[in-house]
Amino acid sequence: MKKLTQETLKQLADEKRADANHQALPKYVLVCGGTGCHANTGKEIYDELQKEVEKQGAAGKVKVIMTGCFGFCEQGPIVKVLPHEAFYVHVKVSDAAEIIREDIVGGRVIERLLYKEPGQAVAGKIDDMKFYKKQRRVVLRNCGFIAPEDIAEYIGRDGYAAIAKVIATMKPDDVIEEMKKSGLRGRGGAGFPTWMKWNFCKMQIADQKYMVCNADEGDPGAYMDRSTIEGDPHAVLEGLMIAGFAIGANKGFIYIRAEYPLAIERLEIAMQQAREYGVLGDDILGTGFNFDIEIRLGAGAFVCGEETALLASIEGERGMPRPRPPFPAIKGLWGKPTCVNNVESLASIPYILLNGGEEFAKVGTEKSKGTKVFALTGKIANSGLVEVPMGTTLREIIFDIGGGCKHGKKFKAVQTGGPSGGVLTEAHLDTPIDYDNLIAVGSMMGSGGMIVMDEDDCIVDIVRFYLDFSVDESCGKCAPCRIGGRKLLNILNKIAEGKGEDADVEQIKTIADAMRKASLCALGQTTPNPALSIIRYFNDELLVHIRDKKCPAGKCKKLLSFAIDKTKCIGCGLCAKKCPAGCIAPSSEPPAEGKKRSPYVISASDCLKCGECFSACKFKAVVKG
Amino acid sequence: MSENLLPLPGDLVAFITEWKPKPGNLVMVLHRVQETYGYIPHEVVVEVSRLLEIPLAKIYGVVTFYHFFSLKKPGKHKIAVCMGTACYLKGGQALLDEIASILQCRAGEVSEDGKFSVDSVRCIGCCGLAPVLTIDGKVYGDLTPAKIAGLIAPFQNES
Ligand SMILES: Cc1cc2nc3c(=O)[nH]c(=O)nc-3n(C[C@H](O)[C@H](O)[C@H](O)COP(=O)(O)O)c2cc1C
Ligand code: SF4
Ligand code: SF4
Ligand code: SF4
Ligand code: FES
Ligand code: FES
Repeated sequence: MKKLTQETLKQLADEKRADANHQALPKYVLVCGGTGCHANTGKEIYDELQKEVEKQGAAGKVKVIMTGCFGFCEQGPIVKVLPHEAFYVHVKVSDAAEIIREDIVGGRVIERLLYKEPGQAVAGKIDDMKFYKKQRRVVLRNCGFIAPEDIAEYIGRDGYAAIAKVIATMKPDDVIEEMKKSGLRGRGGAGFPTWMKWNFCKMQIADQKYMVCNADEGDPGAYMDRSTIEGDPHAVLEGLMIAGFAIGANKGFIYIRAEYPLAIERLEIAMQQAREYGVLGDDILGTGFNFDIEIRLGAGAFVCGEETALLASIEGERGMPRPRPPFPAIKGLWGKPTCVNNVESLASIPYILLNGGEEFAKVGTEKSKGTKVFALTGKIANSGLVEVPMGTTLREIIFDIGGGCKHGKKFKAVQTGGPSGGVLTEAHLDTPIDYDNLIAVGSMMGSGGMIVMDEDDCIVDIVRFYLDFSVDESCGKCAPCRIGGRKLLNILNKIAEGKGEDADVEQIKTIADAMRKASLCALGQTTPNPALSIIRYFNDELLVHIRDKKCPAGKCKKLLSFAIDKTKCIGCGLCAKKCPAGCIAPSSEPPAEGKKRSPYVISASDCLKCGECFSACKFKAVVKG
Repeated sequence: MSENLLPLPGDLVAFITEWKPKPGNLVMVLHRVQETYGYIPHEVVVEVSRLLEIPLAKIYGVVTFYHFFSLKKPGKHKIAVCMGTACYLKGGQALLDEIASILQCRAGEVSEDGKFSVDSVRCIGCCGLAPVLTIDGKVYGDLTPAKIAGLIAPFQNES
């Protein structure tokens, strides 16, 4: 491959445009290659479709593409056929032959595989689907659309046109000015204006500067950054390069979790192709601009998502946060000025530079511009990856896009911001989402995890989960976080075990206050947030745990009790057979009238509260309380 | 141990040599060691220390800091149960409990016969399929405790 120049890049883009937009051939089959589908036989489906195309002589009439995540992961594996927008869900490997034979060759849509909205008999257009209707794809503009392993498709969608334009027509200050117009704020959680960070770093005078992409994504239950990389790796590379141009760095690092093998592989392929095409490395597009990128693997420490810890980790050290100031923009990697940006921030940048900051800022709220990607998960009907304009309400995301709670259960709470965020209630559903609104209600944007809970979930249990996580992930460098987190967890454990006291609530607040004020990094400062949010919004449920020693959702095992209702028990003995503790036995009472056997009783002191008897009894005689 | 871990395989030595001049090489080299052996054996750490000229104590400091690195030899088959938020809410713990009762092996342990190691991991990005686990990297989703026995039986029965 001859390296591209400004001129030949344009030619190649023109040449590939039709194909990259699925217009060069009569039909295109898109197979979701996002982690959810890929891991769930998506790859096999893709291989089988390719084979069938050959076998059934459809080559030349159709192209089968493996893309990134379509977003609607709940329905995976998904196969889309264009241009007629057949949206096939829960596809099996064995369906591949039929898809090619019927749809591609025969021109007949396969009814039984089509996605239909609940309660509707016919399938509609994809953009009209409730799941997609309120979404707007800027960051994910290519994700689920192009083949991430083929740079030509990215170029056909104006890929690398932004860096070409930047190098040819702009100065670093112009780039920063454009970013200022866009209003982009960091998507890694803190929401710091990107242009300011770049400007800060640009002003430093140094022989070497670094640009770093934060792809650590440690929030458990969030996979936005992973999907962005898997679906559109070149956008991240291009964003990193543009940032490098703006701050005056010629070297970039991508720090990515080792737990993301598919994303790493796609990045490696993308980097290799970008080097071959001359859009990465020395003398990019023949302009004399140099920028190269190296991948560094994380190793499963949440705190390494914090930027100073991340830099320590790239340096090969234990990933512990360092005091700021000095900020990385002044003293970062190996003491050199360094700018750290999140994956989603970076993936927005080519769009901003190509279309202008004003265009990007057309959507959003006054202080939070653009769109935000969320991983919508938990007890939600339509679990998946969604991108919405800032200012969309939680209700729109959870009920219109997400379809409400699964199995018709009642919505209870939604958690944003991961272990650093808060639990919000029904009363917050009409809050338009942006950085400031979420903080005002006691949560935060975080990186984009959005976890929905229903009536069966216990609020004390979920806070214990997050605290357990934060305590486990505390690096231990400073005492407020190391000791405070442990104390908070102990209190919550105590409450969940029925040993809570009224004074615990005040105690949580006192510890939280100390942690917020005295922890070195944001991990410790935000660890109390989930606990504080339940004091604020779920005080009743908390007090039921503390005072009545009851768990209304039946999740806190120690607060449960099992008993047999002797009027219902027929004495079949099934529960006793299942009981692992052997604590169920026939009572000495004589059988009730009309019954053959004596009722059984549970010896509460030996009961393990496993619930086996409750599930075993066919007569609903075992009662849980 | 009767296994011959040394000398280091040629490609590992080549990797170490390639990375030696690069600053911050240690974490990357440890990843490669774990990829090669499935864990980080002491004998190999000694060699790495010599080749990279990094003190042993420093290497162990780094290895023990990161959850991803393991000093224990894993079982033949690796079971990883997702305990990310979505999977936790949907019953990840019950899956772990069921595995523990079938294999007598809890998270972080290796079964007595060395056939399985069980771990809990955080979000593997398949939350739509929650609760999920992986066996040797392959993802199984939408699980219930009742499905576990059938899932691991083929691995238990292989000779
Ligand atoms: C404990 C902790 C974990 C973090 N994890 C991440 C992460 O996984 N990804 C990320 O981009 N930022 C994370 N951050 C935020 C980073 O420190 C940093 O603000 C961000 O990468 C900057 O990029 P942005 O300005 O583009 O958002 C974390 C912060 C803390 C305190
Ligand atoms: S706040 Fe916690 S994670 Fe941050 S430096 Fe202190 S101990 Fe480490
Ligand atoms: S299973 Fe139900 S009916 Fe049978 S002995 Fe137990 S409680 Fe009674
Ligand atoms: S909850 Fe479990 S231990 Fe307790 S009585 Fe029922 S089966 Fe036995
Ligand atoms: S992984 Fe296939 S739709 Fe998300
Ligand atoms: S929480 Fe288990 S896959 Fe995301």
